[in-house]
Amino acid sequence: MDEYKIKKEPAPIGAGSLFNQDAEQEFLKQLFQREFSKMVAVISKLFGLQHIETAEDIVSETFLQAAETWGMRGIPKNPTAWLYVVAKQKTLYQFRRNKIFQNKILPELKSGREENQEIEEMEFSTENIRDSQLQMLFAVCTPAIASEAQIGLALRILCGFGIDEIAEAFLSNKETINKRLFRAKDKLRTEKIKMELPPENEIPARLDNVLHIIYLLFSEGYYSTTQNQVLRKDLCLEAMRLGIMLTEYERTNLPKTNALMALMCFHASRFDARLKKEDSLVLYEEQDETLWDAALIKQGKQFLSLSAAGNELSSYHLEARIAYWHCRKENSREKWEAILDLYNQLLLLNYSPSVALHRTFALYKANGREAALAEAKKLKLENNHFYFLLLAELYKDADNEKTKEYYQRAFNLSKTQIEKRGIQEKLDRLERN
Amino acid sequence: MKDFVLLFRQPDLKHSKIPASELQGLKKKWEDWVGGIAAQGRFKEHGIRLAPEGKVLRAGGVVTDGPFVEIREMLGSFIVVQADNLEDATTLAHGCPALDTGGSVEIRPFYG
Repeated sequence: MDEYKIKKEPAPIGAGSLFNQDAEQEFLKQLFQREFSKMVAVISKLFGLQHIETAEDIVSETFLQAAETWGMRGIPKNPTAWLYVVAKQKTLYQFRRNKIFQNKILPELKSGREENQEIEEMEFSTENIRDSQLQMLFAVCTPAIASEAQIGLALRILCGFGIDEIAEAFLSNKETINKRLFRAKDKLRTEKIKMELPPENEIPARLDNVLHIIYLLFSEGYYSTTQNQVLRKDLCLEAMRLGIMLTEYERTNLPKTNALMALMCFHASRFDARLKKEDSLVLYEEQDETLWDAALIKQGKQFLSLSAAGNELSSYHLEARIAYWHCRKENSREKWEAILDLYNQLLLLNYSPSVALHRTFALYKANGREAALAEAKKLKLENNHFYFLLLAELYKDADNEKTKEYYQRAFNLSKTQIEKRGIQEKLDRLERN
Repeated sequence: MKDFVLLFRQPDLKHSKIPASELQGLKKKWEDWVGGIAAQGRFKEHGIRLAPEGKVLRAGGVVTDGPFVEIREMLGSFIVVQADNLEDATTLAHGCPALDTGGSVEIRPFYG
């Protein structure tokens, strides 16, 4: 398996002096992003989720100190261990200060816990990091928080993204994101969300929300309108990393978890093929399949076969199978009938305009133009530019005047420059033929 | 949007003249047809699918095998759809594969 693709380990450090400035910056950025979520999870576990901001502050201060110290003395041999030691010192300091505050000002609230001992026992062991991160994942994905805020919080706390990056991913500004995160954390406090795994019998149901957030994170990266390709890919990889985390823990390693992983692997395999240098999307039909990532497709197939255990058929199962078919660049009737069947099932589980449109395209490929046109006209998605793109496609070569008219309507409805440029290209091509 | 039930009545397949080779195609027809309703965002839920065997009890303790002894069509299954009114719901029922095999669709609103 293509390890770095999914787990995104930073490049190994060789002789420090060989590092050029940019590579070092990139190394630090990746290291900090990766360690942020681990350290915040472990420290929050200790302080309690209501003090998550204290945990964030401690980790940020640790990174600041690292940047300063390493800038002067070079990166230590084991930078991760260095970070853990410093974070532990800072946590201990914060804890003592809290204790003074509590003893002097709130003596009646004095807890019976031997706090100093607890902090001494706090460790950044692989096991503790894993447990804390899993608990944090369930805490952040609590149904109490609205899902938009949840994605933001997940990006910050679980993926270690900076506020700037989150704002860019949402095409928003820092202030809005900060407010949103503040409200989400406030909700964690008021709802008294604890950092703990749900009881075993509740895991399958609670897991749905966790999987949904991971799915949204991935989609945000995969379909996002932001131009920043590095950021988009990062989002997808982080979503996959969280998914992997769930597959590594027995009780959350359920068939639907594997189905979601399969879905993400299949989609991610086409990430590079979808993008041209000029930042416009390449249509599936025109993709260079040699750019598809064979290792990820293989990985996806493994997850897909693991997902087949049990009786539950989630939307992730169906979407993963559709994505699997799309990893086979044949144009057979068998393929399109299978895809149509999967879209039919998906619509029965969850209707969405986008699935309805994809289903109609599959119907066109499987049953022909006439059948698809009759069904397309019933959809009546007159505010959706993809609807008119579909109609244009269905009329192509049969009635090019209609195709032109529908492209024009799609153009008028589309919201981003990339989309408008793409539709204009189609119009130009039509004119030339 | 209101809820309507589409009840499918069909002759018993054993008694119909459909060759076994076409059954697979028939299944696909049904899936595509229901998919088409779902694609319009009008599908609410599947009803219970009734198995073809059964008994009928009549007054006087008369029990007969199967409901299709006296009526040509038997109730096979139903789905719940959403439509503006009875006419709209009837439009949705068009193209139902039950019609191709000598059956019918009964469209019934819910009380309320």
